[in-house]
Amino acid sequence: MRYLRLLFIVTLLSVPAVAAAQQTPSPDEFVPISEIPAEERIPAINLVAAAYAFVWVALFGYVWSLGSRLGKAEADLARLERKDH
Amino acid sequence: MTTAVKAQLGIAALMFAASPWVINAAPHEATMGLVYKIYFYHMPSAWMFMLGAIVAGVASARFLFSKRQASDATAVAAAELAVVFGLLALVTGPLWARKAWGVWWVWDARLTSSLMLFLIFVAYLLLRQFGGPGSEKLSAGLALFGMANVPFIYVSVNYWRTLHPKTSVVPTLPVAMGIPLWFCVTAFLLLFLALLSLRATLEKHRTRIDTLYLSHDEA
Repeated sequence: MRYLRLLFIVTLLSVPAVAAAQQTPSPDEFVPISEIPAEERIPAINLVAAAYAFVWVALFGYVWSLGSRLGKAEADLARLERKDH
Repeated sequence: MTTAVKAQLGIAALMFAASPWVINAAPHEATMGLVYKIYFYHMPSAWMFMLGAIVAGVASARFLFSKRQASDATAVAAAELAVVFGLLALVTGPLWARKAWGVWWVWDARLTSSLMLFLIFVAYLLLRQFGGPGSEKLSAGLALFGMANVPFIYVSVNYWRTLHPKTSVVPTLPVAMGIPLWFCVTAFLLLFLALLSLRATLEKHRTRIDTLYLSHDEA
């Protein structure tokens, strides 16, 4: 059991080291964008579209969620106040 | 819903609908090109995030000293909005950074402290949801911690080395970039105010519902 625990800790600690060893080394100096591999380049329009779409969807979703929660609370309140009188 | 809230929501909706055209009219930034246009939604989101934290902190302080339920309702509403707008800022920022800096995220003072503020308000909402009786006072204390973090986030770019633009960027923007920015800030602010009012109303309704249930149980 003790050896198993030790093995688990050693495995856990070695994960970041193995991951770091597998990473491509960072360049030591400035690399012009034209020299970056094509698979690492993301067109700006994709990022801009993703950012704007996320904001719109998130805000619309929140407004819809708030509206439905408010509607439900108003209905509950009206029902309870009717019961009260 | 009051007429003022309806007007705020209506104007904000129109401004959001018009914002792509207003932003499209702004010139491209010399070094970043098109991707800098994320700024027009990222910065107002970040400002509303910090405003939410400040409103939650001030309302929480009022609640702790006066025990007014209305202040607590405002604090809950502002905390929820801080999480919503914080999420927008924390998602749009990395999308911009990936192109401008070449990485999605850096652990600098601005980004790390913003993430901390976001997590503080997520903790606030979790505490309200699952904390049971008395959690409103604990969460009010948490909101005060959150508010204290805001000035640090704002000035962090001026004191620590970072890739993030400094606070001097906004006052020095050319008019052609400043107009779309302030247009978007106004749209976000109107939406923030309308949502704050609606969310506080929801919280007041919930408190009233709880009181009515209790009075029915006692009867």
